[in-house]
Amino acid sequence: MTEVWRGTWVVAYRELLRFVNERSRLFSSFFQPIVFLVIFGAGFGNVIGALAPGVDFVKFMYPGIIAMGVLTSSLFAGVSVVWDREFGFLREVLVAPLARTGIVLGKAIGAAVVALLQVVLLLLISPIIGVAIEPATIAQLIPVVVILSISLSGLGILIASFMRSQQGFQLLIQVLIFPLIFLAGVFFPVSQAPDWLQVLSKVNPMTYGVDAIRQIMLGSAATSGLGVEVFGQVMTVGQEVVIVALLGAVLLSAAVWGFRRQE
Amino acid sequence: MIVEVDGLVRHFGQIEAVKGVSFGIEAGEIFGFLGPNGAGKTTTINMLCTLLTPSAGRASVNGFDVVHQRAEVRRSIGLVFQQPTLDEYLSAEQNLRFHAYAYGVPADVRERRMDELLAMVDLADRRKGSVRTYSGGMKRRLEIARGLLHHPKVLFLDEPTLGLDPQTRRHIWDYLFALREREGLTIFMTTHYMDEAEVCDRIGVIDHGSLVGLDTPAALKRSVGGDVVTLATDDPAAAAAEIRDRYSLEPEIRDSEVSFTVEGGDRFLPEFVRGFGRPIDAIGLRHPTLDDVFLHLTGREIRDSELDAQEQMLAGMRQWGGRGRTHG
Repeated sequence: MTEVWRGTWVVAYRELLRFVNERSRLFSSFFQPIVFLVIFGAGFGNVIGALAPGVDFVKFMYPGIIAMGVLTSSLFAGVSVVWDREFGFLREVLVAPLARTGIVLGKAIGAAVVALLQVVLLLLISPIIGVAIEPATIAQLIPVVVILSISLSGLGILIASFMRSQQGFQLLIQVLIFPLIFLAGVFFPVSQAPDWLQVLSKVNPMTYGVDAIRQIMLGSAATSGLGVEVFGQVMTVGQEVVIVALLGAVLLSAAVWGFRRQE
Repeated sequence: MIVEVDGLVRHFGQIEAVKGVSFGIEAGEIFGFLGPNGAGKTTTINMLCTLLTPSAGRASVNGFDVVHQRAEVRRSIGLVFQQPTLDEYLSAEQNLRFHAYAYGVPADVRERRMDELLAMVDLADRRKGSVRTYSGGMKRRLEIARGLLHHPKVLFLDEPTLGLDPQTRRHIWDYLFALREREGLTIFMTTHYMDEAEVCDRIGVIDHGSLVGLDTPAALKRSVGGDVVTLATDDPAAAAAEIRDRYSLEPEIRDSEVSFTVEGGDRFLPEFVRGFGRPIDAIGLRHPTLDDVFLHLTGREIRDSELDAQEQMLAGMRQWGGRGRTHG
């Protein structure tokens, strides 16, 4: 058990050290979502009216953009694995007396902390958007962001454990990331999309992460009518978090298995 | 025995890379593991380091089984690979700290050991610098320091000083000898440098997946069959005939020189020169080297393709630089 625990914190510590050392990543992880928010907000804001009473397009998009930031930060856990393999550092980690489970969890937790940091930075612009953030909102957001991020990291690490080259990984991620984001209801309410699109959105796990964050920031879906309906029932934050967590558990277990396989 | 290997086998599909290797290493020994590329050297090391699971047989390091007690084995060994395994985006210090955390080295021991090791590899003044800015030699030195950080019982060195200048090599070896004295460090290494192989207490030679030789360097050299005497004379054929008749040796004529192998050449030579019936233009005596041993056991030169490739690259670079100058 100590090997799992030590593996987790040592690997997470190094992920954070890397993040702090790489200023460019610090910068891009904050500005990429802002760019989306500004351009999409300015471009569509006037065309699309209020989606619900008091919720204009920018306000609607804002929690989705935050979830999108969490997704990119989390998938970086996978980038980091492929990177380490290419530069040989993975060997140093694999020969150390650390459990494989710990190494995978460490990568995921490292990514989650970075994601959390990014969320905090993005929340700083909430007054400009016109979304009121209260301490209770933040208290609710933290566990949701951490669970979402760890789950999505599992996806990144799982893919990384099968990829030998940086290019191959980037390519696959590019192919995956767009449907994950665009089908997740970041830019449109899933409930108002055509049926076929709704089906695709509802099998996309990212949808529940986006909606959970949106409900926490903009208020319960039960009243806004913007939520996700599954089998005739509007999903609550709790249900959505359970879905994301279950999926994360499966992805992380598969990632650990993928890591063990390469010994 | 700090390392015990018993009938170790590893298959890769149909290919049997290691075919039942057995040997033991005493604590404090410097053990050289030699063999041509593809002979099963790396496969054997990877099994001892718990990176590969043996197909059959068993091995233990520091008393721990390499299959069932992986974590304990890992804690007992230090590894310096041929390929770099540093995090280039961190500083030397950060790389060492990561290692110390990963191996659970206590904080007070860690800082003292880090200072000592950084001084040994001459990187104390660059400890805060990003590894990205280091030269190849500096990276290698840092890896060696890192491999020793957690007080390993056995240090595995895969071509430890490849590409290092003679001064640094000396320095590192002095420190390794000191550690052996002080901590009883056992060293298991592969090398293509003859002088480095000479410092080994014992050498194991592996070829085609089997151990073909295992002894002290002196004994291995003796096993080649004595010293080589080379003789220049105006009539090689007649000289060869006389040697054959008088001493019942087996001389060979190569490039109009007569050469033969004889046991105890140092004592044989004065007597031979005194008693030989023909004029001798020149005579030479050569003791067998580990190169001869390697050639004898594997049929190949010790400085095989691995170094050749590197030298070709260097030669290519020199040539390239040279051409640049003529154009400039």
